[in-house]
Amino acid sequence: MLQIDLWKRVLIWAVCAFGLLMALPNAFYERVEAHNDATAALELGYSGNGLEEQAAMWPNWMPSSLVNLGLDLRGGAHLLAEVQVEDVYEARIKSMWPEVRDLLREERGTIGTIRLQPSDVDELRIKVSQPENIGRAEELVRGLARPVASLAAAGASDIVVDTDGGELVITLSEAEKLATDERTVQQALEIIRRRIDEVGTREPTIQRQGADRILIQVPGIGSAAELKEIIGTTAQLTFSPVIGRGSNPDANPGVGNEILPSLDEEGVYYTIESAPVVTGEELVDAQPSFDQNNRPAVSFRFNPTGARKFGNYTAENIGSPFAIVLDGEVVSAPVIQAHISGGSGIITGRFSVEESTNLAVLLRAGALPAGLEFLEERTIGPELGQDSIEAGRIACIVAFVGVLVFMFLSYGTFGLFANIALIINVGLIFGLLSMIGATLTLPGIAGIVLTIGMAVDANVLVFERIREELQSAKGPARAIDLGYEKALSAILDANITTFITAAILFAVGSGPVRGFAITLGLGIMTSVFTAIFVTRLIVVIWFERRRPKTIEV
Amino acid sequence: MRLRLVPKDTKWDFFSRPLMWLGISGLLIVLSLGSFFAQGLNFGIDFRGGTTIRTESAQAVVVADYRSALVPLELGDVTITEVFDPNFDADEHVTMIRIQAQDGQEAVTADVVRKVQTALQTVAPDISFVSVESVGPKVSGELIQTAVIAVLLAIAAVLIYIWLRFEWQFAMGAVAALVHDVILTIGVFSVVQIRFDLAIIAALLTIVGYSLNDTVVVFDRVRENLRKYKKLELKEVLNLSINETLSRTVMTSVTTLLALISLFVLGGDVIRGFVFAMIWGVVVGTYSSIFVASTVLLKLGVKRDWSKPSNNSGNQFANIDA
Repeated sequence: MLQIDLWKRVLIWAVCAFGLLMALPNAFYERVEAHNDATAALELGYSGNGLEEQAAMWPNWMPSSLVNLGLDLRGGAHLLAEVQVEDVYEARIKSMWPEVRDLLREERGTIGTIRLQPSDVDELRIKVSQPENIGRAEELVRGLARPVASLAAAGASDIVVDTDGGELVITLSEAEKLATDERTVQQALEIIRRRIDEVGTREPTIQRQGADRILIQVPGIGSAAELKEIIGTTAQLTFSPVIGRGSNPDANPGVGNEILPSLDEEGVYYTIESAPVVTGEELVDAQPSFDQNNRPAVSFRFNPTGARKFGNYTAENIGSPFAIVLDGEVVSAPVIQAHISGGSGIITGRFSVEESTNLAVLLRAGALPAGLEFLEERTIGPELGQDSIEAGRIACIVAFVGVLVFMFLSYGTFGLFANIALIINVGLIFGLLSMIGATLTLPGIAGIVLTIGMAVDANVLVFERIREELQSAKGPARAIDLGYEKALSAILDANITTFITAAILFAVGSGPVRGFAITLGLGIMTSVFTAIFVTRLIVVIWFERRRPKTIEV
Repeated sequence: MRLRLVPKDTKWDFFSRPLMWLGISGLLIVLSLGSFFAQGLNFGIDFRGGTTIRTESAQAVVVADYRSALVPLELGDVTITEVFDPNFDADEHVTMIRIQAQDGQEAVTADVVRKVQTALQTVAPDISFVSVESVGPKVSGELIQTAVIAVLLAIAAVLIYIWLRFEWQFAMGAVAALVHDVILTIGVFSVVQIRFDLAIIAALLTIVGYSLNDTVVVFDRVRENLRKYKKLELKEVLNLSINETLSRTVMTSVTTLLALISLFVLGGDVIRGFVFAMIWGVVVGTYSSIFVASTVLLKLGVKRDWSKPSNNSGNQFANIDA
């Protein structure tokens, strides 16, 4: 009766102390943030500029994790992008054409001449002049199929070859499409992450959502438009054979070719082959540099396969022009002077130094494998966030004081105990939020305020129960004991049901709703802990000291 | 001297006029549904796509001027509302501009935003755009779907939990109260036409949680009293249980409302709709756990023979020793 083992007491206080210690850095938010930034910079090898002093503003042995502030509190930009995975199918299937062409040309004796037909974007249609032998062509092209590079679809091959009258139809298999989607999204995710890192902002969130979506949140950035510029919607680099040059954008380019404008020459259009020789994906490095005339340029290097393809092509096509195409515009179309074997080259154009630097960054970070469609864009100004924090803080304090006073008026000494527990409770919420690196949003603050209101519920249940037990004329110790024992079932049932709804909110919600679910869920856990362990321990300690004959709750 | 909101040992009869309470609740539900189907909800961009722009200017806002500046842009349906808040400085004039989703576009283009900004700068040169949010129709459709799923899931999960812990009659009572609360909350949003956005769904689910919390506490006591007073009529047991827990019900509602009201007044206009939903929910939730949940339980009746163990005869949690 009313006894708590020493080890349990130690454990309860230790948990409280640990939680409060973890919450402590949040009380000195700006100082700790400066310290964290400075420490991170020092670790990267920077020094000077007052970094050391900033790092010394908070002792290193103290915990320094902070509650992340959400976009709605800190300001910044939020984008939800959908990766246009279908883009890749087209590039994949179109890139097969040179290979198929070379293969079928060798069999000209049996299948006759071949011709690429206009078709849907995700298939190749090839007309064979001797349709009676199309079976042979089909067989040959099937030989090009490779197994899908994914565990889920082991054994499946990447292309489907069919015949349609006298035409051969090549499409990607479903398994290959799935595997491609997966790769495309992963790649897009990685490239976006690298581009944002190049700019160096604080704690960006770049997350995959669902099958083909990417959520990007960057605090402290001016606007969503700015963020989109950094990500670049479709920065694709290709090196393609040039067929002709002209000034008519609407001329018929011929099947398998396309007409693209020149980047810096007004009114000039190039006809190029749609299937590139090498793509930007095969670049391993790009640096801003200068050409022999000392004009800004970008030098680059291919990986071995890229270098081989590039080398072969330049060896076979000396004297003909080829185009460097960036985002559907021809950056330059130099004539191949010699066989370029080393796999490195230089892009010259009418760049300024800044442009060449940006282009190098863009190339180095890699081209996005597919276009992005932005489904959601949000920009929150920092001052609005600051106002929200300020308002939230004041509301929290007022709510807190209100509840404290009210509890004391209602339950006297016991109310005071509940208040101590409530203070510990709020501390624990912040400690937990910092520990798991959760993000605090505006609805999250509402969750905390709501928790302040509801946290006392468990204590109220107990106190009311003790009151009732006291009426049945038992001794105070027995009444307290029974109060806790009998209220427990109601406390647990009530909180578990609320916790279920918090969990569902967390699972299906997104963004701010999820932030709210986190604080609500954590608040339920900490309030149950403080009510059935902390308040009880305080009551027991008080009881042991005073040994009151009667108590009033 | 203690502050007591509820007198000691109340013996109020909560079931003397069951028809009246069911009538009131029924009427409110009919009103809510009527309003919902007649004028619908004032959906925010989260649910119907479009763009909201929050502007701030030191000059007083004349909504008509703003509107006429935007008319030539032909953006379709544009709503401009001035926002008032006690926290604003005297020269802080805030408006919310909502633009419908543009045909054939997912999120709004930077171009449109720029045009709006230039147009408004002619009216108020110092205008700044503190937030611009844009949601495409594709996402908003999905958001509605997930929101509905979330609410249904929560209700289903709770139904199962209470069924396991108590009896099915209790679960029906609790769920009736929940559905009642959710409908009334959606109803008040429809009647007053407060903007209904994603955060309100969070509020709805919290209301579900809160209302349940209340209901469960009452039911827990009902279960206890059913075992204690085997001969007492169900109606009396319910009355006794509600009276015994009344003090706690009121205390918790008051502390929660205290916190929420301070947030409503001081927390800024951005979350005011959200907090309003919760305040309403706490009031309705407290009412429903007494008058709806218990009345349903009374009408359904409860198995009284606790001597025979049944496989779902709600077990109490084992005592946790601290």
